[in-house]
Amino acid sequence: MTTKETNLSIAQNNQITMNTTQKTGLTIGFVGLFIIILAFLNIDFPNRTLWLFASITSILVGIVIYANATYLHRPAGISNNGIFHQSLTNKGLFAWSLGIILTLFYIVLYWFPKYLGLGENGESNSGIVQFFDSLSLFLNGKVASQWFMYGTFYTIAILGLGYKFIVKYRHNKYQLVRTISVMFFQLGFAFLIPEILSKLNPEKAYFAKDIKNMWPLNHYFFEDWHLKNMLGGGNLGLFMLVFGIAMIFIISPILTYFYGKRWYCSWVCGCGGLAETAGDSFRHLSNSSQKAWKIERWMIHSVLVFSFVTTVAVIFTFLSNNPELSIITRSQFIYGIVTFLVVFTSALYIFKRKDMDTDAIYTMVTLVIIIIISLVINYFSDHQNILFVDSNSLRQWYGFGIGSVFSGVVGVGFYPIMGNRVWCRFGCPMAAILGLQQRLFSKFRITTNGGQCISCGNCTTHCEMGIDVRAYAQKGENIVRSSCVGCGICAAVCPRGVLKLENGSEKGRINSSDILLGNDVNLLDLIKNK
Amino acid sequence: MEHIVIIGNGISGVTVARNIRKLSDKKITLISSESEYFFSRTALMYVFMGHLKFEHTQPYENDFWKKNNIDLIFNHVVNVDADEKKLFFKDDSSLSFDKLVIASGSKSNKFGWKGQHLYGVFSLYSKPDLDKLEELTIGCKKAVIVGGGLIGIELVEMLLSRNIKVTFLVREKSFWNSVLPTEESQLLNRHILEHHVDLELETSLDEIISDGFGNVKSIKTDKGEIIECDMVALTVGVSPNVDFLKSSSIDIGIGVKVNRFLETNIKDIYAIGDCAEQTQPNKNRKNIEAIWYTGKMMGEALAQTICGKPMEYNPGNWFNSAKFFDIEYQTYGWVFSNPTDNEEQFYWEHQLGKIAIRISYDKNSRTFLGINTLGIRMRHEFFDTVLTNKISVDYVIENLRKANFDPEFYKSYENEIFQSFRLNNTVINA
Repeated sequence: MTTKETNLSIAQNNQITMNTTQKTGLTIGFVGLFIIILAFLNIDFPNRTLWLFASITSILVGIVIYANATYLHRPAGISNNGIFHQSLTNKGLFAWSLGIILTLFYIVLYWFPKYLGLGENGESNSGIVQFFDSLSLFLNGKVASQWFMYGTFYTIAILGLGYKFIVKYRHNKYQLVRTISVMFFQLGFAFLIPEILSKLNPEKAYFAKDIKNMWPLNHYFFEDWHLKNMLGGGNLGLFMLVFGIAMIFIISPILTYFYGKRWYCSWVCGCGGLAETAGDSFRHLSNSSQKAWKIERWMIHSVLVFSFVTTVAVIFTFLSNNPELSIITRSQFIYGIVTFLVVFTSALYIFKRKDMDTDAIYTMVTLVIIIIISLVINYFSDHQNILFVDSNSLRQWYGFGIGSVFSGVVGVGFYPIMGNRVWCRFGCPMAAILGLQQRLFSKFRITTNGGQCISCGNCTTHCEMGIDVRAYAQKGENIVRSSCVGCGICAAVCPRGVLKLENGSEKGRINSSDILLGNDVNLLDLIKNK
Repeated sequence: MEHIVIIGNGISGVTVARNIRKLSDKKITLISSESEYFFSRTALMYVFMGHLKFEHTQPYENDFWKKNNIDLIFNHVVNVDADEKKLFFKDDSSLSFDKLVIASGSKSNKFGWKGQHLYGVFSLYSKPDLDKLEELTIGCKKAVIVGGGLIGIELVEMLLSRNIKVTFLVREKSFWNSVLPTEESQLLNRHILEHHVDLELETSLDEIISDGFGNVKSIKTDKGEIIECDMVALTVGVSPNVDFLKSSSIDIGIGVKVNRFLETNIKDIYAIGDCAEQTQPNKNRKNIEAIWYTGKMMGEALAQTICGKPMEYNPGNWFNSAKFFDIEYQTYGWVFSNPTDNEEQFYWEHQLGKIAIRISYDKNSRTFLGINTLGIRMRHEFFDTVLTNKISVDYVIENLRKANFDPEFYKSYENEIFQSFRLNNTVINA
């Protein structure tokens, strides 16, 4: 069958037009952006502070005007009209252009910051980085780096487009609360607090002060320079070390048990925050085919092995080289890790094997592979070389391949083409770990409401993680998937009130009764007992 | 190996095919002339509005059918020879069957209006209808929609999404008043007006007027009013799509007549879904139910019968749902727009007039009979249990919180409803 492509004719039958207020908002926003482009081109503004303030204000005001004009003229409700008709949101010319620009921006940001005007070898900044000097001096007492500029943009994007998201989903209080949460954590915990802390402690070396960014998403947490800086960072440094470890082993498991991984992925995380706000316009582009799910399983677990092994190797080398800073030896460390993982994996296998789906089995196998590699490391490694590979180059490769290329360039650059959760879905090692817990040891699930599903496909299409939600809903099954970040959009777009995100009793959470509520009782019994 | 042939790849046909495959290794052939693969008809509106692409409405990937060994035929059946167990296609080819399931769905009603053949007049039911609508939308500024039912209001919403001005002719004195009691119906009238629809109540179509070149120019209502328009949608219900069976020996009324086992008058021929006409329907149930989930349930039941475990189609407690623009509607059990003698109704509406609930119960025994909700989601399982066990309305009112299915953090109205119910009951008892 040929699927007819619509809207190719010159006589447009897609009569979606912009109103004057929308155009005004767009103009104001782009004027703000244009000022920044001028700065990038090294135009020397007479009063940079004022111009920076003007451009940021202009961008934010533009977004607010545009969002209000787009969503407030109609009664509150789902506003997805035309998203598959428009170039920007349906992989058209605008989408590709934006994708290419974003990708190029990330490439320059990671590997050629001098093109953005970063002063190298003690030179002063120029261009767009210099444009942010005054704000940086004000907040952290140092001139701007490319990362400061990027962090500012990132925060503006989450705040501005978070506002747009809130206006769009103003009828849905879950969306409201969740979005305010990601905006709060980005502005406070990822931007203002770290900058202010470093102003208050000018003599301390850098360590990750974004306290919500936890390992393994924060892949350098256990790298030697970072450990040293924390250990030498006084009370604050020590607090970060203890808090960071507590997050991984205590806080995160507890929260994930009660609320599912959504507490992090769609309420707190910065990557998730950008995806949910700036990326909202692209969520329906996530591929939900079986094939994509297969690729997802392979990729995310490969990254998980890579990240674990790199971290083990890095700590191993650190302990070998800095026995004076360590309370344990490298062998104790390895055996500790191995014991922990063996106990953890066997316990899961013994108690939860009937609840495992393919995702969980992959994660379990991954953990076993990690155990084996860790043991092998201990036998075949000296101080620096881990399995004959320099642990330094291993972590450099991880930083380059995963930290930069995957999470940055592909993760955000490809939003307009592959959807807004490319990184979270295919690459984030933390999502894999939280996902295993969510599947096997959590109260969270998406409940399906009996027989109300009409298989329309809104849930599946608008799932940013590419989960085929409908496949479960139309069978009356609950959705308990490792990858679900609990954004709640499936429940929001459902026209029949079929889905609800819930934390409830673990009993009957994963059901596969495959029955339709409402059919006669005999048939239900028959199917149940077959 | 027994060959099961199914005419129609809608929800009913697909459900019976899938369930037969789960229970057996019979040869299964699924025929459709509408679309090559199964899609969700109810989602066509979202394709037009740009929320989805057509492929998103297909619940199974294209290789699903081959993997499950279900043969697909994209062709149109024109005749069935019930005695020879053979059916004939439009292109003169034919196919033999051992058992035949007719799941050919519905077609849109047209009541012989003057001008209903004009270019610009259409109905919405099938995929080809949607393609035609897309074509008619080019250059269209104004449309008239005739018929105040569910498809009618969907079309209103669809056309508004393309900035087409819409006049909505509703024959009843309030929208969907034949099903919904007055208050709910009026709540929806207000919501329709809020979306800038020209809603004309108690108005029917008299004739469609041509521009002299075979196109729609305007319509005339039964009140004599002339409304200029480029497009006229006729959404005055659907009826079984069974014309191709008229010359066969299968017993046809309005639809294909079936007993409780979904068997027709001829052995090994069955009918399910929209096209089936029950000769012994359950209490309160219509003999023809063109509803998504009943098609699904008939498919499940029939698959058991075909695979050797004869099973009556016996729908459980009634439920349904819909969405009118931004307001969701759910119903469980029976709430009649004109209450029956033993029926008492309790109605509560939120002060902003977008959320409402109506509970119906037995005056004497206080047994809970049914609930309508607008703007509140309810748990199917809760009400299914309550209805099956004939629990009292007082229990339901006290446990409404357990029944609530709204997303987390939504404001809950249980206390307000509870107070209102008590107040109402005191007044009545006094």
